[in-house]
Amino acid sequence: MFRNQYDTDVTTWSPAGRLFQVEYAMEAVKQGSAAVGLRSKTHVVLVCVGKANSEFSSHQKKIFKVDDHIGVAIAGLTADGRVLSLHMRSECIHYKFLYDSPLPVGRLVVQLADKAQVCTQRSWTRPYGVGLLVAGLDETGPHLYQNCPSGNYFEYQAFAIGARSQAAKTYLERKFETFPECSRNELIRHGIISVKEALAEGKLNGSNCNVAVVGIGEAFNTLDSKAVQQIIDSLEDRADEPPVDVAPVEGEQGAVQDDTDQAAAPMET
Amino acid sequence: MLAAAQKDEKKDQALKNHVGHPQTGRDCPFTLLNSPISHTQYPYVTGTSVLGIKYKDGVLLASDMGGSYGSTLRYKSVQRLKPIGKHTLLGAGGEISDFQEIVRYLDELILYDNMWDDGNSLGPKEVHNYLNRLMYNRRNKFNPLWNTLVLGGVKNGQKYLGTVNMIGVHYEENHVATGFGNHLARPIFRDEWHEDMTFEEGVKLLEKCMLVLLYRDRSAVNKLQIAKITEEGATISEPYAIKTHWELEAFKNPATGAVGSW
Repeated sequence: MFRNQYDTDVTTWSPAGRLFQVEYAMEAVKQGSAAVGLRSKTHVVLVCVGKANSEFSSHQKKIFKVDDHIGVAIAGLTADGRVLSLHMRSECIHYKFLYDSPLPVGRLVVQLADKAQVCTQRSWTRPYGVGLLVAGLDETGPHLYQNCPSGNYFEYQAFAIGARSQAAKTYLERKFETFPECSRNELIRHGIISVKEALAEGKLNGSNCNVAVVGIGEAFNTLDSKAVQQIIDSLEDRADEPPVDVAPVEGEQGAVQDDTDQAAAPMET
Repeated sequence: MLAAAQKDEKKDQALKNHVGHPQTGRDCPFTLLNSPISHTQYPYVTGTSVLGIKYKDGVLLASDMGGSYGSTLRYKSVQRLKPIGKHTLLGAGGEISDFQEIVRYLDELILYDNMWDDGNSLGPKEVHNYLNRLMYNRRNKFNPLWNTLVLGGVKNGQKYLGTVNMIGVHYEENHVATGFGNHLARPIFRDEWHEDMTFEEGVKLLEKCMLVLLYRDRSAVNKLQIAKITEEGATISEPYAIKTHWELEAFKNPATGAVGSW
């Protein structure tokens, strides 16, 4: 995109009916490192590449737990992402206090989208420069949503955002039809493989790869870096072999015991 | 125009011995200037007991249709059981106007819930918790909604029965009652209620307790309704009366043991 005379203000339309400031905000999302989300009938998995400023610094925190049943992966302006996560946590806690029940994911996502929309219609606030992949479980089943700076939201079976996300999406496109029936561990493996595609240089390891899962019988939790390393190693060993069922790795709480347990979720109607 | 109206108001106030309260600034009778600010009410038109039990297919609620004005049985067609959304029934004892207000709050809550139109809905547990927040908050402001509420419902096969009162005490149980029902009906429930009663058994049990209440509760009237809620939805019966028996020997010749002096 090139600079033009309609892009200074978010409150200025272009003659083609575009809001350039909003589109520039979406560009900021593309600058962030990749985040991938994928969903089966029972689980949702988020996998991210966390960049590090230098060899000495810690890796970027890209995944935030919002509630026991919802988590979010961000790409773009991390500070904006952090602030939105805080807002989401507050919404979830408030709902729980009023109704003693977990906030349905779809409703949280809409509230978030409405909040983002406000910034596209005021001259004194800028749009949020962060894209979110919201993974959650409610009584209608597991869900994966994407939230944009534009205030749009979409539900997905699998999606990727951030730098080189197209490469990840290409892998997901090949495999996504198998996802509904995937076991928890297969799903994690698919997530890590797709994120590998989005890596430009260097290798994926337990420190720069963040993995989080939420599912039926499993509260939202981020996998231990050792556990992630184990999965990455096992991928290398097997190369292009089809994924084989492996017992849940160390460090997860309340993980589904049996990989082949594909009984319909109580929420499924 | 506005200034003239305000001036008139001031004149009226002065005539009626009203002043602005030094703390709140609001209108206040002169004679109450030195009393503490308090909103605690007294109930005016009240409903008596509500009974609730779980049964095989869901929950049954029972109440009479009386609205007492102190010790007078003033109103005899007050519906004290109301459906809330698809999944819940609410019954109330206590101040009827406060119950009507609560129903208004809940109808609004359900309306906004329906407007999401997203496959999610508030179930009885959520409504119960919301009510508890409402009642407890009002209690903290010393301005309670003067009710004891019974909330029953079914969602996704799960039966739910609970109660909340004006001070925010709340709990779930297999059988609940308000007011006199706690003293007269609960003991009968404890003896005779069991899991998975049929609809007929449930109604029989409730009617037995309503009969005891009719005999012994002075604010009870012989016009009652039984409401049922199952996975399919809520139904409230048409009002009906139960048979009472007065053929006791002691009633036949009331003056036998007490010869008058004139």
